[in-house]
Order: sequence, then structure tokens, then C-alpha cells
Amino acid sequence: MSTLATESEAEAQKADAPRPRPRLLAGRSPRDLLGRAAVHLLLAVALVTVAFPVYYAIAGAFMGPSELSSYPPALVPHSVTGRNFSGAVDTIPLFRQYANSAITATAITVAQLFTSILAAYAFVFLPLKARAVVFGVFLATLMVPWEAIIIPNYLTLSDWGFGNTYFGLVLPFLASGFGTFMLRQAFRQLPGELRDAARIDGAGHWRFLWRIVVPLNKPALAALSIYVFLSAWNQYFWPLIITRTADMQTLQIGLTSLRDSEMADPGLILAGVVLSLLPTLALVVFGQRFIVRGLTAGAVR
Amino acid sequence: MPTAPHTARRSRWGEHGLAWAFLLPSLVVFALFIGYPLGRTIYLSGHANDLFGAPSRYVGAKHYTDLLSSADFGRTLVTTGLFTLLTVVPGVLGALVLVLLLENRIRGVRLLRSAFALPFAFSVASASVVFAVFFNPASGVLNGLLSHVGLGPVGWLTDSRYALVSVALTTVWMNLGYNVLVLSAGIASIPGEIVEAARIDGASGLRLSRSITVPMLGPNLFFLTVVSTVHALQSFGQIHILTKGGPDGSTRTLVYSVYEKAFAYNSSDFGTASAQAVVLLVVVLACTAVQFGVLERKVHYA
Repeated sequence: MSTLATESEAEAQKADAPRPRPRLLAGRSPRDLLGRAAVHLLLAVALVTVAFPVYYAIAGAFMGPSELSSYPPALVPHSVTGRNFSGAVDTIPLFRQYANSAITATAITVAQLFTSILAAYAFVFLPLKARAVVFGVFLATLMVPWEAIIIPNYLTLSDWGFGNTYFGLVLPFLASGFGTFMLRQAFRQLPGELRDAARIDGAGHWRFLWRIVVPLNKPALAALSIYVFLSAWNQYFWPLIITRTADMQTLQIGLTSLRDSEMADPGLILAGVVLSLLPTLALVVFGQRFIVRGLTAGAVR
Repeated sequence: MPTAPHTARRSRWGEHGLAWAFLLPSLVVFALFIGYPLGRTIYLSGHANDLFGAPSRYVGAKHYTDLLSSADFGRTLVTTGLFTLLTVVPGVLGALVLVLLLENRIRGVRLLRSAFALPFAFSVASASVVFAVFFNPASGVLNGLLSHVGLGPVGWLTDSRYALVSVALTTVWMNLGYNVLVLSAGIASIPGEIVEAARIDGASGLRLSRSITVPMLGPNLFFLTVVSTVHALQSFGQIHILTKGGPDGSTRTLVYSVYEKAFAYNSSDFGTASAQAVVLLVVVLACTAVQFGVLERKVHYA
């Protein structure tokens, strides 16, 4: 199927080749055309492989149980049904868990943004005797794998009575070395004269920070927000162990219990997946240029 | 905090105070949830514990020597290494091939690049449960396709020969979006004049990739390899959801073993689990040290 699609694509390419890219296709040898066909074929195979799980998750969420367990498997829903969604809502407290994920991820994002902005400002615009040492501490936090210190964190938060609470879900993630590092890179790009001009106008650090520095760095702040929100929304290990009851679990843990539950059928699971994907898919599709910036911040240190 | 700006305006001394006030929230969080637990992990790894996990007496390096002499732990390390290899190599090479193919000037290339980034929206939980549906021995799509070509059903997650590969496959798919985004950003930062010059010299297709694009991507590939390795070493969700370390311990990695000892089946063996956590810490720090060591030397590249 994919082969056919590719060949017809390649045909189409040949047919109106001179128009879109005249310089590139003029005087192409048969060998070049063969190469281009191969490129199209490989891309089509890759596209099917990568996109199929996304497609099947969405299509399967609308299939009835007979189609999902039919042999050979159905790839297109014949009669679209919404029963899986209502079934998922009946099996786990889905709306409550949606709210838990949203509250947790939003709180972590806002808090990390705030603490990172302050710390990055201190590193860039304020005098600090032990700057190198303190910055070293921030960088060192990036290297510690969370899984290696998860046991004491679990014990601490349980001792404080924060097991199975929002505080337990949020507290360890209120600051981030990565966020500080990324914003410091961004703040350093601002011309130094800005601070002098603000000082002459009588603006203190607090005002300079919120009126000038923050508004001028909106793209970096957007990138960081998206990145932090995605990671918080997608967390698994920590919410798994710090929550105990279904009404405090996040959506990610709910998905797993959907799979482990007695009445688990693929339709319910896929419906749950589709619902959990709505915010992250929106962020990845509409925020891609910001995400790329955030992802590569670590690469150019 | 609200009074800080006023003091800051008056003197250098105030500015120093303000700097510390701005750093304090982060430093408190780091101290409580990174610094202290680091120390406590090491402390716990040197203590035996009662049934409820409370440390009872000092046992020195006993947990470590026990681990070193345990065949099970040796197997766990081998599984961890194998899983890392099975996810990092295909993950990085696959993404590299994809972004190189996307360098060919074809229509719809932006749309394709977005499509390849889609898995990035999947959490470890959502990707794992979708693949669990695929891997279902009776009704799953994978065995359905195999039966089309006359091959018998494969126990993707229930056969100890295939389980680790199946979990790795899920991981590779899940990470592909991130890898493609990182390498695309790398390609976009290659100076256009270099590529144009090579094209004028007649380089195209494979030749252009081999001589220009891949070498220029060197630092990005290196960064991606290190990050992928560290991520692979920390993988947990996909193993917990797909196999629970089984069948027969064939997917029990280091992190999963920490979880089993500390949290699964009311185990609360925090001593042994902490010793394993320290091993994990050392391995990950070693990888990061390699990254910093190399970047330090090639800083003009990055």
C-alpha cells in the first residue's frame, strides 16, 4: 500500500517537476530520479511506522469491542461509537484525575518559572561573591538522576504527612537547575545598557526585572513553560508511589489502572489515552518552535 | 521580599542581600529534595532495616558486597546495559536517517517533520498502554499482521526472549519525536553557505550527507547520544506498565530493581534498594562526566 502511494507521489513529482523546483530537477538523470523514488519510499515507510500508533490510538478509541478483537484486526472503525469514552469515565475517576494532572502540572510550571526567573536574574544582574560556586551547585542538580534519590524523598514527604496530597505531588519540583540555566542564557543576551538606563530612570531591581527583563524574554519563558508543563503532565514514577487512592492519582497513573482493571478492554484504554493526549498534542503541534528552543538549550552550553 | 528592592537601591551591600534572597527559594528546594536525599540514600545504603523500612543498625558495605556477589544483580546490570544499547543505537540512528531524508527538497517536508515529532506528545504511560494493546497476543495488531504472512503468534511481552526487545521498541518509538526535534534543530543551525558551496561543487544526496551534514551534526549527535543513554538508564514507566520486570526477570533493569526492593509487594527493603540507587547514581554521573569532558575539549564546536 505504501509502495503504491510513494510511486504515485513520485509520478506527481515528475509530472509537475519544472514548476516548484525548476533549478533542482532540470536535467536530472534516470539515476537521480531513481534516488528520489527511493527517498520517497523510505519516507513513506517511516511515516507509516511512526504515525501508525498515533492513528491507531485515535481510531481504536472509536471502535466497538468486536472490531478491536477481530481477526485480522480492523484498521478503520466501521461504526463510530462513543461508548469507550463513557466506559473509561465509569471505570476510573477520569475527570478528577484530569483535574489532578492539570493542578499539579500548572502549579509546578508556575513555581518553577518564578524561582528560575529570580535565580537567573541574580546570576546575571546582581553582584555575588561566590557566583561560580553557587552556579556550580545549580549545574550539579542537573546531573543527579531523580530515580537515585526517590526513596528518601518518598520517606521525607510521607513523614511530613504529604503522602497522597497535592503538596506531595508538587513540592520536590518547585525549583529547577535547568530552568535557571536556560533563563540565565536568555537574560545574558540583553544589552547591559538597559540596566544602566533603568537605573538612571530610578527603577530598582524588582521593577527592572518584571517590567523590562521578563517582557523582553517572552519566547524563552514560553519555551520553558511548555517544557516544564509537558514533563510535569507526563510524570510517572513519582505520582505512582506518592499517591495511594484513585481520587488523588494523576491521569498517567489512571491510564495504567485502566489497563489493569477487570473490565479492561482496548477500547477503554485507547479512549483514556486520547483524552490524556489532548493538552500535550496541542502543545507539541502549536508550540513546536518553542519546544525546539527549550530542548536544545542544554546542547549549547 | 517586597522591601528588598528598596534596600537594593541604596547600597552594594543591599544588592548582595538581594542576590541571596533571589537564590534562596531555589537553594532551599535543592537542599531539601536533592542534597539531603543524596546524603540519606548513602546513609540508608549502609544500614539494615526492619520490616517497615526504618533503618535498624549499621552494616557498613554489606549491601554492596551482597550485590557484587549476587548473580541476580549481575543479570540486572547486563539487562540494563542491553536495554540501553537497544534503545540508544536504533533511536539515534533512526532519527539521523529520518532528518537526513527530510533534507531532500520534497514537498510537504514541514508537515512530515511535524508528523515525525508527534510521539513527543506521548507520555511514557500513554505510549506504553498503546503498545500494550499492539502486543496483545490474541487481539493485538502485531500478531494479526504476522498471521497474514503465515507466522505464528509471538509472545511479545510474555516470552522472555522477546520481552526486552518489545519494551525497547516502545521506548525507541516514544523517544523518536524528541530525537528528530533535536537533530532537526542541529541541521537548521548548519550555515547555509557551507551547504550551498557543496551543492555548487556537485555534491548531493548521500555524498552531501556523508561529507557535510553528518560531520557538522557531530556535536548534536554526541549530545543526543549522552542524553539518550542517561534517559535509558533511568527508564521506569514502560517496564512497570508492560512487563513488571518479567517474564522471569528478563526486563528487570537497575531502576526497576530499585522500585521492586523499595516499593513493590510491600517490600520496603530500603537498604538494598539504596545501595542499588547509589550504583545508578555513579553510572549516570560517569556518563555526564564523559559529556562534560568531551564538550570541554570541543567547546568551539558546540
